[in-house]
Amino acid sequence: MSVKVEIVTQFEEVAKQQEKTLAPLSDELVLLDSGLDSLCLAIVVARLEDKLGIDPFTADDAEFPVTLGDFIRVYEDARR
Amino acid sequence: MPAADEGALWTSLSAAGRLPDRALWGAEASVTLGDLVHGSSLAGRLDELRGRSVLIATTDQLTAALALIELDGVARRLVLCPPDLPVDDLPFVVATAEIDALVSDRPAPAALPGVPLAVPCRASLAPATCERTGRHPTEWILLTSGTSGRPKMVVHQLVSLAGAIRNAGPLSRAGVWSTFYDIRRYGGLQIFLRALLGGGSMVLSSARESTSDFLTRAGAHGVTHISGTPSHWRRALMSPSARRIAPQYVRLSGEIADQSILDHLRACYPGAGIAHAFASTEAGVAFDVGDGLAGFPASLIDRRGGDVEMKIEEGSLRIRSTRTAARYLGDHQPALADRDGFVDTGDVVERRGDRYHFVGRRGGIINVGGLKVHPEEVEAVINGHPHVRMSRVRTRKNPITGALVVADVVLNGGGEPADGRVAEIEREILRRCREALPRHKVPTVLNVVSVLPMAESGKLVRRDA
Repeated sequence: MSVKVEIVTQFEEVAKQQEKTLAPLSDELVLLDSGLDSLCLAIVVARLEDKLGIDPFTADDAEFPVTLGDFIRVYEDARR
Repeated sequence: MPAADEGALWTSLSAAGRLPDRALWGAEASVTLGDLVHGSSLAGRLDELRGRSVLIATTDQLTAALALIELDGVARRLVLCPPDLPVDDLPFVVATAEIDALVSDRPAPAALPGVPLAVPCRASLAPATCERTGRHPTEWILLTSGTSGRPKMVVHQLVSLAGAIRNAGPLSRAGVWSTFYDIRRYGGLQIFLRALLGGGSMVLSSARESTSDFLTRAGAHGVTHISGTPSHWRRALMSPSARRIAPQYVRLSGEIADQSILDHLRACYPGAGIAHAFASTEAGVAFDVGDGLAGFPASLIDRRGGDVEMKIEEGSLRIRSTRTAARYLGDHQPALADRDGFVDTGDVVERRGDRYHFVGRRGGIINVGGLKVHPEEVEAVINGHPHVRMSRVRTRKNPITGALVVADVVLNGGGEPADGRVAEIEREILRRCREALPRHKVPTVLNVVSVLPMAESGKLVRRDA
């Protein structure tokens, strides 16, 4: 499964589990407007670590993603 | 700058002057301190609350702020109801604090059993001239999470809460203060008191407002000093509105500030002084670190005299200061400090070179975005499931909220029942947790295991620190 598909899957699953309404997902979507709060995003990052074996946000020079596109790019870059 | 112990909050904030120019801005309404000279948020009914033990249970931070300003020195005791207090805990809080009056901003507040008086609190002030001079050394009661699941009620007075403000030097200059915290928690209350006692104004956050809207609003009011937990700041930096504010001073507290968040804040706000503070509801504010580095200088430890003394015993930081809370409210409560007056913060530190670094919490306490979770209270809920033999709740590091709650569960019979049934039991356990606990305490992952590590003492091994 591609990184992007896995990320989208986790956004959808966590939104469902946490009873949040997810905004339509696009690269331009601002994460804080996605319908997921910090706790939800934290769970997404933990689940992605379990699925993909990486947590790109723990690195000291990690950037803070603003949009979903930024978020996906951070994971894609970490995989390279 | 006036010393807080010279009088009640109203007297002290008035002494800082310029009342008409100073404001409290909420998300939906605002009030200038000048408005309070001849106006009352409590419908002018202050006299009815004189000498009482008052529960301040408002939906909004602005109304809570106004009630605090009016009631310090007037009420015998003020209990600050945090926004997420479970309704089921209210009777316990009412009984323990001997509440005999409720202040609420709900249109029709539900009567609390055993509480004879309810006074409405509104941001639209009623014309009234109130006598607010300090007669009572009012107790301020802050609620924190407790092991048993019941809140612990921590007793302060304005003088202990304001202890770190008097000597704050340049930080106490008038300015526009703000915080991501709710002011009914210790970290937020510190900023509220700094704004008021230092002659400044304040932008209050709101749970009903997005991070982006809050930052935009704070920026529009020209915020100069702003605080939050590292998790609050990580969220702010993920907002397109992060640069809507241009603060002179950025403060972090309530969680471990790692080098990454300090560096990111420095890059985003190059003109700001960036400080991380150590404080707890019980121990009060211990110190600020302003050198931009994680951890704190080892020279702060074992220093004699001064307002704050710190030592390290059994690996954890102990604090004795004039800012320490007086005690826990209620019968059969543990002592808040040891015989020498030191509070054990439970925060485990490790020395690296000439600095100490925080490495975690003793007793496995989990800090999710600045909110404490005692493993025992979550385990109690999980263990209530008929198929659970035992469980261990532990922390999992997370780059967004600092930590998440994870549970390891041993089912009856030791081994795993048939696969389908395990998934069903897991769902049932999580449903129970969601029903009984605030969101941040619900395990994000539940692992069914066959055995849990035990220490020789027979206690579960908690190895989070």
